[in-house]
Amino acid sequence: MTDNQRHYLKIAMPWLVMAVLLLIWEVACIVFDVPEIILPRPTRIFEVFIARFDILLRFCLETFWTTAAGFALAIVFGLLLGLAIGASPFVYSGLYPLMIGFNAIPKVAIVPILMIWLGVGAAPAIITAFVISFFPIVVNVATGLATIEPEMRDVMRSLGATQYEILTKVGIPRAMPYLFASLKVAITLAFIGSVISETVGGNRGIGFLMLSAGARNDTATTFAGLFAIAIMGVLMYAVCAWVEQRMTKWAFRGEVAV
Amino acid sequence: MTEVTEPLVELRQVSLAYGRGPEAMLALADATLSIAKGEFIAVVGPSGCGKSTLMKLVTGLLPPTSGEVRVHGQKVTKPIRGVGMAFQNPTLMPWRTTMDNILLPLEVVEPYKRDFKARRAEYVARVEALLKSVGLGGFGDKFPWQLSGGMQQRSNLCRALVHEPEILMLDEPFGALDAFTREDLWGVMQKLWLDRKFTAVLVTHDLREAVYLADTIYVMSKRPGRVLVRREIDLPRPRTLESTFDPKFVDIVHELRDVIRREYAI
Repeated sequence: MTDNQRHYLKIAMPWLVMAVLLLIWEVACIVFDVPEIILPRPTRIFEVFIARFDILLRFCLETFWTTAAGFALAIVFGLLLGLAIGASPFVYSGLYPLMIGFNAIPKVAIVPILMIWLGVGAAPAIITAFVISFFPIVVNVATGLATIEPEMRDVMRSLGATQYEILTKVGIPRAMPYLFASLKVAITLAFIGSVISETVGGNRGIGFLMLSAGARNDTATTFAGLFAIAIMGVLMYAVCAWVEQRMTKWAFRGEVAV
Repeated sequence: MTEVTEPLVELRQVSLAYGRGPEAMLALADATLSIAKGEFIAVVGPSGCGKSTLMKLVTGLLPPTSGEVRVHGQKVTKPIRGVGMAFQNPTLMPWRTTMDNILLPLEVVEPYKRDFKARRAEYVARVEALLKSVGLGGFGDKFPWQLSGGMQQRSNLCRALVHEPEILMLDEPFGALDAFTREDLWGVMQKLWLDRKFTAVLVTHDLREAVYLADTIYVMSKRPGRVLVRREIDLPRPRTLESTFDPKFVDIVHELRDVIRREYAI
């Protein structure tokens, strides 16, 4: 195999694996004569996907907006809290144990509470997406700040730099690769958060669509929704990965990223 | 340095303990030394003898446990101004180009900081000249991770000197380099010092390096570090790699080596 062929094969690999898996699925459904209500064939799901594309798109967009809003909140507050925790040992020792405790709570458990407070609609989904995706951002930003080389700090201090200057000139640039690495994780979590909220109780979004299709025994539509979520998740991840590459080129340097 | 001047830096019976109570560990005991303006001193001794601690005390990064540190006759209580520092690890910032890394002190130190934006072009020209003088002309737009170890250390020296500090602190700056690059940089360092006549404190465990660069060498004892020997080096400047083979040079290295061997013999 030439280098060129290897290169293209590497790019094609995920598609090939997916095609093989779908094929096995399709064949298994036919061979074992699985009823559609249990497990629809991939071709059938694809058919429904195309036929109901406009509905799927509408519900997906709703989910997308709540996810994006929750994610944006998570970036803003995660960054601020991460900077505070990373910069001050007092804030760290005060908040970190609390945050770990909070993170351990399954987020499904708070959706009903959010509904009591905020009613049904976009708000609970946004908040759920926010609380679930907020934690990795805080932890990563704080880690980036807390792991500044002591010598780098000494150089700045011996120049007479203020704490603020050390933060803006060393801390924040150094925390950026950590922030962008966390965004890839956080965006997928935000998706999980908003779909959970829509599924537990909601009247909008792809989670709600899947739930109501399931209730009507329309398994094909439920699966079409599942695929739609997966596609959105991959796309959002790709956007975050692209932004990461663009913003923190120096952290990659052609070697293993930190 | 034979002329008698008021010392720029003075340490009087300075000791420093890390930690508190019964777990406290004395790193430095009763260090007394003085550094004249424009003098190049070297502090030698194997690892763990409190060399780096001494450096942090002089710059005020650490307060002494007892005794006092004076710079310009003033007692040092917080990090002093007008210091340049270079460590063994070049600590250049990977997100900044070499040029921007060297500009950093000018962004932070007064009076440069005040009109940094207005006079940026002038500062850039200054950095370029400095880079050229250490043999790195035209490398300003490279990122540190695109440079070799020796080149990074040259840039590090530039950063330590760009704001024309009165005192330059060097903590084993050539320790991680290969022998050829290291000897090359001794020459670079000496040239910078002869041109600018700053006061320099070099911490090292390389005796040849110390004898090559310093006017005065202080040999430290085992932990807790005390000053064992003060040795003035009166070899003519500029010293070259040739002079390191000179019998006088070699004798001094042997003499210092002996002091250390006796102290560290178990």
